[in-house]
Amino acid sequence: MITVALKGLLGRKLRAALTAVSIVLGVAMISGTFVLTDTIKAAFGTVFSQVYKNTDAVITGKSAIGGSANNGITPPSLPESLLQKVRALPGVALAEGGITDEAKLVGHNNKVLTSAGGAPSLAFSVNPKGDQRFNPLVLTTGRWPQGPNEIAIDAKTANTKHFAVGDTIGVLTHGPVERFRIVGTVRLGGVSSLGGATIAIFDLPTAQRIFDKVGKLDSIGLASKQNVTPDQLVAQVKPLLPATAQVRTGAQEAKQAAKDTNGFLSFLEYFLLAFGFIALFVGAFVIANTLGITIAQRMRELATLRTLGATRRQVYWSVVLEAFVIGVIASVIGLFLGLALAKLLNALFVSFGIDLPQVGTVFKERTVVVGLLVGVVVTLIAAIRPALRATRVEPIAAVREGAVLPRSRLARFGPYIAIVVILASVGLMLVGLFVGGLATKARLLSLGIGALGVFVGVAMLAPTLVPPIARVLGWPAARWGGASGRLARGNSIRNPSRTASTASALMIGVTLVTLVSVLAAGIKSTFSDSVNKLFTADYALTSQNGFTPTSIASEKALNGVPGVEVVSGVRAGEAEAFGSRIGITAVEPNVSKVIDLKWTEGSAATPAQLGQDGAFVAKSYAKDNKLSVGSPINLKTPTGSVLQLKLLGIFDPPKGGSPFGDITISTTRFDREYANPQDLFSFVTTRGGVTTANTARLKQALARFPDAKIQTKSQFITLEEGGITFLLKLLYVLLSLSILISLFGIVNTLVLTVFERTREIGMLRAVGMTRRQVRNMIRHESIITALLGAALGIPVGIVLALMVGKAISYPAFTIPWLTLIVFVVGAIVAGLFAAIFPARRAGRLNVLEALQYE
Amino acid sequence: MAVIEEGVPAPAQQGTVVQATDVTRRYGEGATTVDALRGVSLGVEAGQLVAVMGPSGSGKSTLMHILAGLDKPTEGTVEIAGTEITSLDDGKLTRLRRQHIGFVFQFFNLLPMLTAEENVVLPLTIAGEKPERQWLEDLLKQTGLTDRRTHRPSELSGGQQQRVALARALVTRPTILFADEPTGNLDSKTGGEILELLRASVTNYGQTTVMVTHESRAAVIADRILFLADGLIVQELKDASQAQVLDVISSLDS
Ligand SMILES: Nc1ncnc2c1ncn2[C@@H]1O[C@H](COP(=O)(O)OP(=O)(O)O)[C@@H](O)[C@H]1O
Ligand SMILES: [Mg+2]
Repeated sequence: MITVALKGLLGRKLRAALTAVSIVLGVAMISGTFVLTDTIKAAFGTVFSQVYKNTDAVITGKSAIGGSANNGITPPSLPESLLQKVRALPGVALAEGGITDEAKLVGHNNKVLTSAGGAPSLAFSVNPKGDQRFNPLVLTTGRWPQGPNEIAIDAKTANTKHFAVGDTIGVLTHGPVERFRIVGTVRLGGVSSLGGATIAIFDLPTAQRIFDKVGKLDSIGLASKQNVTPDQLVAQVKPLLPATAQVRTGAQEAKQAAKDTNGFLSFLEYFLLAFGFIALFVGAFVIANTLGITIAQRMRELATLRTLGATRRQVYWSVVLEAFVIGVIASVIGLFLGLALAKLLNALFVSFGIDLPQVGTVFKERTVVVGLLVGVVVTLIAAIRPALRATRVEPIAAVREGAVLPRSRLARFGPYIAIVVILASVGLMLVGLFVGGLATKARLLSLGIGALGVFVGVAMLAPTLVPPIARVLGWPAARWGGASGRLARGNSIRNPSRTASTASALMIGVTLVTLVSVLAAGIKSTFSDSVNKLFTADYALTSQNGFTPTSIASEKALNGVPGVEVVSGVRAGEAEAFGSRIGITAVEPNVSKVIDLKWTEGSAATPAQLGQDGAFVAKSYAKDNKLSVGSPINLKTPTGSVLQLKLLGIFDPPKGGSPFGDITISTTRFDREYANPQDLFSFVTTRGGVTTANTARLKQALARFPDAKIQTKSQFITLEEGGITFLLKLLYVLLSLSILISLFGIVNTLVLTVFERTREIGMLRAVGMTRRQVRNMIRHESIITALLGAALGIPVGIVLALMVGKAISYPAFTIPWLTLIVFVVGAIVAGLFAAIFPARRAGRLNVLEALQYE
Repeated sequence: MAVIEEGVPAPAQQGTVVQATDVTRRYGEGATTVDALRGVSLGVEAGQLVAVMGPSGSGKSTLMHILAGLDKPTEGTVEIAGTEITSLDDGKLTRLRRQHIGFVFQFFNLLPMLTAEENVVLPLTIAGEKPERQWLEDLLKQTGLTDRRTHRPSELSGGQQQRVALARALVTRPTILFADEPTGNLDSKTGGEILELLRASVTNYGQTTVMVTHESRAAVIADRILFLADGLIVQELKDASQAQVLDVISSLDS
């Protein structure tokens, strides 16, 4: 019986291949995700273990509020005097201090070289005459920089941006761009690519000067004397350290650094895996449908087997076995395709400006196991229903002409069950969205299962919905498509459950795309609404990408520019208050002239009155922490100092948020407490408002700050919305895989349908239908199916967006009509695309053979 | 499970192997009700070749399906090899089918992806048994398929395909073989060959057979001919001549 099942599979190669495609793609996504993230993780691991390769112990600054440089906190620097003390320790053979910071390199085009995705612009110091054993970098050309005007940069940047030893290059740190002469190029040992990161190297005094760290160090590398273990070394160093410093062995430090970055990578991994699972879920629909159609077409064969003594169980297992074989083969292909997909995903991220470090491809056992397991299990689950249907084939179907598969006993209740499933799933989602006190995992789980349930429910309801909707959607085809169009419309309704499940697969992708587009439209509209309400300045000054902070020097450069009336910067930093880490901002006294806040307590005069220890907060923060004007606030900075503040004002931000963090203090105090303060934004008003002359003057004043970008209000909105636009694009691309799979579903159904209607098509040709008309008939049917997918998916997506929006007390609900129309047009195009192969097959049918076909 | 006893060419069946009693079959409900069988009783003796004849729509196929356990009677009982089958569940019925029943269909119903030989042994494959080599060779020789064994159905003529189907039905040495118009889809000459083969299997192996046919030639080979009209057995002939059969047919038609 096994051989019979396998031979049957061989005999239906095309159908088997069509079934497999969806699993191949889904598994490829999963394996690709694993390969990509494992590779990046390994790369980071290599980077950090390279960095601390010869370091027995390392002293670094310690943030008093937790976190580290690897996850966005700037730890305080060490006093340089510590170095002498450490050198005097009996166990220390060698100690070298260094600076680690960020320095943006400026290209020949006077633009900052790092990509928009925020890859780091690393800067390190070297001691050109010292022992290089702690230095993880190796020279590829030239020599180490020495003296105030020299720099070495990484070889990749040098190559790709056309810099060579002897050239000068612009460097942007805390002031205007400075020029340095390149004396060497370097690379990090053992890593093939650092991704989009750039490296700048200076000698120690130069680094201390340009980073405002004179008399300070960011790290001290230690080598122990013989017979002194790293742990013993650490124990010796510990008593010397101030509260703002910590010491770890090299191995510990490498591990910690890798752990810090892995947080982000794990997020990336889960994020991408989610799309893999969505793709597989869509794939399950496609497989179930394809197998279902195949079963219906094989009814006579299955019935014959039954008359020859095959039990229901044997029929069931033969279908399951077939699915199993398809699942295994498809998963194996998918696994290896994943290797290619990992490259493609990486290219995708690079094109979006996210360039992560790489080493040789990592293909872990776990990838193989999970990929195979998930692929096979999904296929098997998808096969259950078709297999059960197969068991319902009665032996008598072997002798009856035109027998149809008996409906299951439950089929009659289908629509009711569907509604129950939908309601239960929506209920589950509501629980996940609104019930308080749930763990994040439980919340996500109930949301995920709820969403899957909604899809399944709608798909179950679809056979009931399809005929009326298809009649409407098929109307244009019937009206203008001639005989082909009329027949196509009829065909799409003729087997509603088949059309329904084909369309349902597409529905899933369309739903998700609609969901994100509606949410994004909401975010954008509230954001721009917010900016329109608050923004009373003429110009905004940000970094080129709008989210990395800029040096306050660029803001200062605008003071005194002719025509400029107000310049007001907003600083940003991290701190701790009421037991949790928060983002804080700092404003200048004149901020009310550029940002018009609605004050519930205090007034527009409040920012000017902040002084050294005043603070203001948003209404929600005040409420959460039970604050009112006069309340004391203890704010702890990364250096460990505690600012004792008094609340002076509470403002009510618009729904789209404000430029301010949880707590806002004065720049006077901020600049005293935070080394190297930076602006998140600055706002500018000019005499005469926005004019070309004013714009030109501002740009002129910022010529030496290549990272600074001066913009009008609407330009500012567009730039700040860039993050959302970017995320939206990324989501579209990732969801397109699911949509692609569902298109294969349409191809499958059409091919199988053509196959099934061979005789009928032969008859149509015999009575005078042209090949072209046959092809058009298939195309129309394909478009109707695709439109059905859109017609089901768009409303479901909008409803889900409403629910999610309500849950996150989402400000505005905006339906992006234009985008939705684009989706519908996209569905038509997709339908045409899916019809190419089936239409060709149908058009090619030989009339005579088709008529004889049994 | 069917156990094919080695070296024994014919099923050792005695007496009545199929017994139908007062079988009726009603299709549909209300205004569209059709009484396809209206009380048919019959017994088939081991080793007999029984032909069922009658005008189109007289209920021949319905009777055959009910006798073979493919369909259930509205009323009445059917026994095969001493087992009452109308009340059996699907599992028991399937096992009974494996052991006792063979089919030959009008449209062959071969599996396209299997070779002729694989199609022939399919019932054994399904039952998880190995064909007995000698018996299989014998069958293939009898049905003239020895040099066609590796061909697929699409590479065989209609007559050859029906011979594969016949060999497939005989391979398990069923208690009874049913054939519904086995020649209905064949030309007269190949149809004749199939009839001869059927007769030979009855004669040589004692294969009990019930066959629906339109061909008066069947008379020559059948031990017994039942005539059906309007869902009732209206006449029965034994060892009849072709002329006698034609007489009855024309009387039924008028
Ligand atoms: N599945 C069915 N549903 C309804 N009526 C049927 C069905 N099968 C057969 N019939 C009717 O029962 C009668 C007997 O049919 P059948 O046994 O096929 O006759 P025969 O094989 O002698 O030509 C006919 O009137 C036929 O229309
Ligand atoms: Mg008939």
